[in-house]
Parts: sequence; C-alpha cells; structure tokens
Amino acid sequence: MADIDIKDIIKEENLIYTKPKVITDTVMHYCPGCSHGVAHKLVAEVIDDMDIQDKTIGISPVGCSVLAYNYLDIDWQQAAHGRAPALATAAKRLMPNHYVFTYQGDGDLASIGAAEILHACNRGENITVIFINNAIYGMTGGQMAPTTLVGMKTATSPYGRSTELNGYPLKITELIAQLPGVAYVTRQSVHTPAAVRKTKKAIRKGFENQDKKIGTSFIEIVSTCSSGWKLSPVKSNEWMEEHMFKFYPLGDLKDSEKESEESYKKYIE
Amino acid sequence: MENLKTNKIFISGDEAVAHGVRLSRPHVIAAYPITPQTITVERLSEMVENGELDSDYMHVESEHSALSAAMGASSVGARTFTATSSQGLLYMVEAMHYASGGRYPIVMMNANRSVALPWSIYGDQRDSLSQLDSGWIQVYVEDAQEALDMMIQAYKIAEHAKVLTPMMVNLDGFILTHTYEMVEIPDQAMVDKFLPVFETPNKMCFENPKNMAFSSQPDDNTEFKYQQNQAMFDAIEVIEQTEKEFGELFGRNYQSMVEEINCDDADAVLVTLGSITGTVRVVMEQLRARGLKVGILKIRYMRPFPEKEIMALSHKIKAIGVIDKDISFGYEGTIFTNVNSALAKSNASIFKKNFIGGLGGRDITKAEIEKMYHDLLAGITSNNQKTVEFFNLKVETND
Repeated sequence: MADIDIKDIIKEENLIYTKPKVITDTVMHYCPGCSHGVAHKLVAEVIDDMDIQDKTIGISPVGCSVLAYNYLDIDWQQAAHGRAPALATAAKRLMPNHYVFTYQGDGDLASIGAAEILHACNRGENITVIFINNAIYGMTGGQMAPTTLVGMKTATSPYGRSTELNGYPLKITELIAQLPGVAYVTRQSVHTPAAVRKTKKAIRKGFENQDKKIGTSFIEIVSTCSSGWKLSPVKSNEWMEEHMFKFYPLGDLKDSEKESEESYKKYIE
Repeated sequence: MENLKTNKIFISGDEAVAHGVRLSRPHVIAAYPITPQTITVERLSEMVENGELDSDYMHVESEHSALSAAMGASSVGARTFTATSSQGLLYMVEAMHYASGGRYPIVMMNANRSVALPWSIYGDQRDSLSQLDSGWIQVYVEDAQEALDMMIQAYKIAEHAKVLTPMMVNLDGFILTHTYEMVEIPDQAMVDKFLPVFETPNKMCFENPKNMAFSSQPDDNTEFKYQQNQAMFDAIEVIEQTEKEFGELFGRNYQSMVEEINCDDADAVLVTLGSITGTVRVVMEQLRARGLKVGILKIRYMRPFPEKEIMALSHKIKAIGVIDKDISFGYEGTIFTNVNSALAKSNASIFKKNFIGGLGGRDITKAEIEKMYHDLLAGITSNNQKTVEFFNLKVETND
C-alpha cells in the first residue's frame, strides 16, 4: 500500500463533518456525558441549516445552561430565574421576523418559572421552547426538582422522593399539550444517533413553525445529569432509558395546526 | 460557665448553619436551592430524613413560596427556618415585608452573593444591604462558628415577646459558606436550656382564634409601623441580653451590636462587616507591631443599627474608614451612609472615607487594607482625598 500523505486527506471533497458555524470556539463548561452539549449542537445546526444566524434570538435561563450565550454565536438575553418565556414573548412581538427561542431546564421551566411558561403557551406565543429535563437541579448540585422521579435520590431527598411529602413528578409537557395556543409539543432525547436525528428534526420543525404563525412549539429533551445522578455517562444513558422514558415517554404529544383548531373548538364548547 | 462538653468538627460554614438550625429544633423548614446556600438545605433535608431532626421539610417551587410557607408555619406558632441567597432573597422581598409586618419570628440564613446583571454566583453584600428597610433584623458573621452560634441566638432574639420580628443571619458566599473550619458543636441539652420550645400568644389556634394578616386604613397604618419600629429598637436590649446569656453558657462572646478591636487608643479605625474582618485583623496587628495606632469596628448588626456605639467611638478616634462590598448607585456605600448618619448625630468632625470594592467575589488583599489604613492616617493631617473611592479598580478614570 502506497504511503498516504495527510495533505491528500485534508481536502474539501473528503470533508464529512464540521462544527456548526454558530458554535463558538469557547470550551464548554458542561460535565462529561451531559446532554446539553448535543442539544446545543442541534440548535446550532438548525440555525445553520435554515441560515438564520443573524435573525435568531435566544433567551437563556438560570441553571447550567445560563452560559449558553458563550457557545452559540447569536443574539442572547438572559432572564431572571424562570422568566425566559416572558422575555421571549416581548422579543418576538416586537421583532416578529426574528426566530425567538427559550432554552430552559426543568429547575427553571417546571419549577420557579411554571407560571410564565404556562401563560406564554396559553397565549400561543409564536416562539420555540427547548426544554431540557434531567429531573434534577443540575447547577446548584443535584437537588430534588418537581420533575424528580418517585424514589429518586437527590441531594435534598437522600432517601428518595416520597409522593406523600412531595407529590408526583410534574409532567409539565403533558399540561402544556392541553393548551389550545400550542401548535407542536414533542418529547425527544439525545441518547442514540437515531434519537439525535429525531430531536434535530423536532427542533427544525419548532423553528419553522414560527414562519407558519400557528402557535407555540415546545420541544422537551429528556436529558442526563451524570454529576447530579452520580452515574457515569454510559450508566446515565442506561438509567435514563430504563427509568426516565417510562415516566416521560418519547414521541409527539401534539402536532399540526388542525389538531390545534380541533382542540380549541373542544375547549370552547 | 458550665461544664463544657467540647465536640469540635471540621465543617463548612453552610454545614455549621445546618447544625445551628438542627440544635434550634425548628418545626418547619421551607427552602429552594440556590448557590451558595445549597449545602445548608441539603444537610438539613438529610437530617430530617434520617431522623436526626424532627422537622417538616417543605420542598417548594420558589423562594417566594419558601418564605410564604414559612409564614404559614409561623402563623400557627411553629418555629420556622428558611435559607436563600442573592436573587432568591430578592425574589422573596414581597414576602419579607409580609413577614416583618405580620411579626412572624422566622429565622433565615442568607449567603451573601452578588446580584444580577451581570449574573454572578460570587460574593458581595449588595443582596442583603439592599433590604435594610424590609423590617428584618440583620446580623453578619465573621466565621463558621459565629454562623452556628448566631442561628441559635437568632431564634431567641426573634421570638422574644418584645421583638417578634424575623431575623436574617448573613454569611459571605463561598468565603464562609464553602470554607472548612473547626467548629464546636454545642451540646443539645445546653441549647435546649438556652432556647426553650417556642411559645407565643401571637398565633392562630382554636382556643383563641385570631386573624394574623389583615388590611389597614390611613387611620391606623402609621401606628402599626410605629410599633414595628419600636420592636426593632427594643431588640437592641434583647440582643445584648441574649449575647450575655450565650457567653455565660457556651463560653463564646461576640461582644454585641459591634465588636471593637483595639479601638480605645486608636487614631484610625476601619469599619468591617462579615468575613473581611478576619483579614483586617491580621493587617491591624501587623501595623500595631509597627507602632501605628489602628483599630477595627466590626459591625455585627445592620438592623437595628449600632448607632450608640458608633457615636461613642467617634469621640475617641481621629479617622474612620468604611469598607463596603456594596454600592448604592449615585451615592456611596450603604454601610458608609449608615455610619455617617451616626457620626453626624454625634457632631464628630473626624476624617471619613468610604472604600468600595470586593464586588462580585473579587478578593480584598492585605496590601489593599494596609493602604486603607495609611489613607486614614494621612487624612488626619491633610484632607485631600476623595470621600468615596473604588479600590483596585481596573479601569482608567478621569478623577
């Protein structure tokens, strides 16, 4: 076999993958195995694919992904804890030709910010919501969240979540799917290449829905938190598949303008 | 002093707070996690779940709910605890005024942390100093031991019949919350003796039904606020008495409203709040060894304010400097404003200077503190310095 020169390999026609243009060179602070990295990349790829870098506005939350503005080279605004949907509402209404999305974790969206997300979705704001659900408060060190599974051990439920004391995990995505203002609700994950592709399609659809002006698009990504769960990245994925997917099953919860109209009719009857 | 059973362990400031709370036996704990308060609530939830602490732990959905839940518990006569920091404290603000106006003796730990924007998890004292007018007693501690001790004292002060006012125990984020120190854990029996079970007539109960929160009209609102203010002044005597009793029983004394360190013969005194006092002690001693007459006024309570102590001190010294890890935009540091008001009342004409810095977690170094003392000593003879100065400022300024 003839020697191959590296110069023969590094050629445009051999290029099969590059980092999305929108992703900056900043080193991410996320822990190994965290789903945020892949989720960020998918949002960036969608922005690249749709060629909307100059007209995309992201609203970052409080939590691990508060620093998302360091990683995606678009316009960003940071909201007070849980208030991203309110900021997104205003941004989109004043700049209707921009693509506006919130990127929120469960500690932000399903807990302190439950009121804002429900009301933004109920108003049918023409925004896209990326909801990272890892059933824990990641940034503060793994405390129990409203989304924490029954029996799950966290820093503030060291013997496992008790339904007697803390109720059942909040399926906020199912709640949101009931609202007539919402056009698209889906629950995805990024634990396998196939799941990553599905999630990317969902995010793309969420962004494209803004052109159709059919209401809010809500994309939950069931995610891992290796540090908070005290599991290795591989074990985290296994644990997620075994436990999280049972309670938070993947798939579309609501899709299409038609369905939205039907549910609205039903709602007002 | 009674026969002391010493039990020293190596723990963080947050854990020291958790032990102080455990020993105070609250009936209800309601909290929402926020850095750098989290270790406190994690330890407490662990203590509740493993049975060390017989208390109800409420996992709520926000700080606003945490303090509201604490009020609900307090209104039936329960001893309650909550903990927060920074943004969480600010989110509680509406409920803080409810708690103080309703005279609920809730005790709260606040981990002092900077306030957004720019968003920062690191320490300064802008969060709690912005809430001096919320009607809460505010104490600031210097180390983990003082944090533990003040949790126990806080219940005794807040629940006193003449006071019945909520109390906030402040400790510097990370510098105290996450630093490990040897801390003596008092004996439960001694704490029980010092802090009996909370009894109050100011509660809802079947025997003597009461409405604990209500509206007022212009006819009576001022009288409510007058009583609230009076209770805060009455708290001074209770604080002094509690401090004395605590010292006799546990052998640790923090003086009281303030701690004066080498102030009697001092020319220049630096006013400190919280953990920075430790660094200033070291510098002060080094300068003393070189023959400079310098001292420290460690303010412990910001509300009620140690006006009497500052007025008395102003007649003994020639220069006073105030370190503020805080800025009231458009004016000066809040501690300085408060100190200045007391100096004006005493008609003291001494050299005064406000040092603003340490914001958003920036370290304050020994060299910077030494320069502050030199500025103060120089100011006694020639006053050509700015009254309010940002130190270690890394941008060029025109002034």
